[in-house]
Amino acid sequence: MKFLKRSNGKHPEDAAAIPPVIDIREITKTYQMGAEELRVLKGISLRIERGEFVSIMGPSGSGKSTLMNILGALDQPTSGQYFLDGEDISRLSQTALARIRNHKIGFVFQNFNLLKRTSAQRQVELPLIYAGASNRSGRAKAALESVGLGDRLKHLPSELSGGQQQRVAIARALVTEPSIILADEPTGNLDSRSGAEVMQIFQRLNREQQITTVFVTHDPWIARHTNRVIMIRDGMIVADQQVAKPLVAGVDERPSEAEELAGIFQAAYYGEHSAESAGANGSHAHDDSTGGGSGIPEQIAEGSAAS
Amino acid sequence: MNLWESFRLAVGSILLYPTRAALTMLGIIIGVAAVISLLALGRGVENSVASQFEGLGADILTVRANMPMRGFSSASTPLTLKNLQALADGVTTPSVSGVAAEYQVRATAVDGYNSTSVTVRGVTPNYFTLNEWSLTAGSAFTQSDSDSQAQIAVLGVTVVEDLYGSADYDAVGESLLINDLAFTVVGILAEQTATGPNDPNDAIIVPLLTAQARLGNARVAGEGYQVSSILAKVSDTALLDAAQSEIEAYLLSAHGIADPDQADFTVTQASATAETRTEVLGIVTLFLSGIAAISLLVGGIGVMNIMLVSVSERTREIGLRKAVGARAGDILVQFMIESLLLSMLGGALGVAAGMAIAAIGSQLISATAVLSPEIIVLAVGVSLFIGVFFGVYPANRAARMNPIQALRFE
Ligand SMILES: Nc1ncnc2c1ncn2[C@@H]1O[C@H](COP(=O)(O)OP(=O)(O)O)[C@@H](O)[C@H]1O
Ligand SMILES: [Mg+2]
Repeated sequence: MKFLKRSNGKHPEDAAAIPPVIDIREITKTYQMGAEELRVLKGISLRIERGEFVSIMGPSGSGKSTLMNILGALDQPTSGQYFLDGEDISRLSQTALARIRNHKIGFVFQNFNLLKRTSAQRQVELPLIYAGASNRSGRAKAALESVGLGDRLKHLPSELSGGQQQRVAIARALVTEPSIILADEPTGNLDSRSGAEVMQIFQRLNREQQITTVFVTHDPWIARHTNRVIMIRDGMIVADQQVAKPLVAGVDERPSEAEELAGIFQAAYYGEHSAESAGANGSHAHDDSTGGGSGIPEQIAEGSAAS
Repeated sequence: MNLWESFRLAVGSILLYPTRAALTMLGIIIGVAAVISLLALGRGVENSVASQFEGLGADILTVRANMPMRGFSSASTPLTLKNLQALADGVTTPSVSGVAAEYQVRATAVDGYNSTSVTVRGVTPNYFTLNEWSLTAGSAFTQSDSDSQAQIAVLGVTVVEDLYGSADYDAVGESLLINDLAFTVVGILAEQTATGPNDPNDAIIVPLLTAQARLGNARVAGEGYQVSSILAKVSDTALLDAAQSEIEAYLLSAHGIADPDQADFTVTQASATAETRTEVLGIVTLFLSGIAAISLLVGGIGVMNIMLVSVSERTREIGLRKAVGARAGDILVQFMIESLLLSMLGGALGVAAGMAIAAIGSQLISATAVLSPEIIVLAVGVSLFIGVFFGVYPANRAARMNPIQALRFE
């Protein structure tokens, strides 16, 4: 598979003719809060190759969104370099950045950020309008079809479920055929089923169309669907590992709450404690250790040869 | 992104909040309507005043004795027939080609049951021709009628209506009492549009001497009879100023006054009077329009206010647009078009409302409102200016937003 070809550990100069989609070097971001300096990113270097499917995890406040905004050309680093498709964009003008956002980046937000009282199709056409593209409605329809909303073209956000709204937002990110899709906690506002649906779409787009995707998630189950997990803590990358056997959305069933909680109880106040049932349903196609949900990074990284 | 797309986006945003758009436009509509209707009605009144003076003889000078001022014993010397003869002799005032005189008295006219208080104007026979007055019935008087103090009268149409109930009544041959003297109606004056300061339609016209001797007491010792005013005609309006100086010089010496500032008479040109009046009206119109313009300014500030509210309300939308690739210029243009559309549409509706108000106002004040294209161009131009001027600040504010901060905005 494509993502396996990534030149892990090699220097940028040795890379193949096709430059990595994202190549950031010693990126820092410092906010001036009155007299104090708040160092949010403390020197992050990272390369993401074409076709990769990456999740970023880390505790709240560790700088994940700050990093995503810089990767998405919505913000600029305090220092460091950012090569997007081989082009240094760390010191571009606002207008040039707008063009980069329009042509090369598809951003998906936690809270969808759809326009009020605007039909799904018009939402998806929006980036095409700023691109001055032709056949906008055709392309918007195709993008909506690819996220399974071909029958919801005229629906307003208020007429769609949360999961469907996020799929509209994904279609909007896709429609310009960007180099990369960046999603900051795209399932954060969704229930687990809708979250799984959205996950499934990202995974399918990556598998079928090799769309490079990076997203932030707090949910280990979701992270296990990606090929590479990057852990951030206090503005620094603390782990960057490949997933041995990524889960397949729609095939691998998420363990039920009862299963996830199995074996932790001492005594029942109501109902029966049934450790057997958890064991009975707890087999999975790809993963051999699903029982406990704690200590995720280590588990995901289990068997990974990376780093 | 091209302008057409920006336009469509702006229209879309306006249509998203139709009530707010309507309220925004209301300020502009009221302001523009006020300016348009006031200017149009003001012009209309000016025109109707001007038309009242028109035909009142641009080539005629009017000479009047000044009213003696209250508290000053030195009464002014009245104008007399002697003065009239001097002005007519062709030597004293060579620029004057013809003179006529009138003597006015207030009197009560009675015919049968109807009685009316009227101005009786005793006039020299040539007064009709000098003023270009024509008769719809009967005939005017001759010099011999005046010499014989004939008790004959020509009626203005308003008087005919007052006395006989209809302006169309053929009153020739009727008799009426003026201050208890019996008069015979010999003619009806055609309705005059140029009414000026005293309306000939509302007057009874009799021979000069009849008015002077029988209706008034106009004899002045040693000077013959007194007249109220003298009309002096010039053959060419270019001679007006020359004629005026000649008349003034003659009367000053006749009245024994050395200092022209002490003159006890006034010589006026009809056109000058009309000009003064329309000028005053023009100033009043301008003043009122100025007040209306202030309301237009307030309307403009309303547009800015709503645009600012709209920008801050749509902060997240702006952030999103920027996130998907809108440049600052795209956002600027979108909001500028929005504010322009609001103010232009408001301006157009204001023009329509102003025209309607002017039309209704015309009925009420019986003057035809004049809607010149300049007024409309002005109103549209002002709305355009408001759109740009009051739209720039909010639009610029929107355009400069930082996308991340805008997206985080609560
Ligand atoms: N505009 C800003 N000004 C000041 N501090 C900020 C700003 N944006 C983010 N931060 C701070 O940066 C840190 C990292 O934030 P963020 O990247 O949103 O974390 P995460 O997404 O990992 O939860 C937080 O402590 C936050 O308070
Ligand atoms: Mg975050």
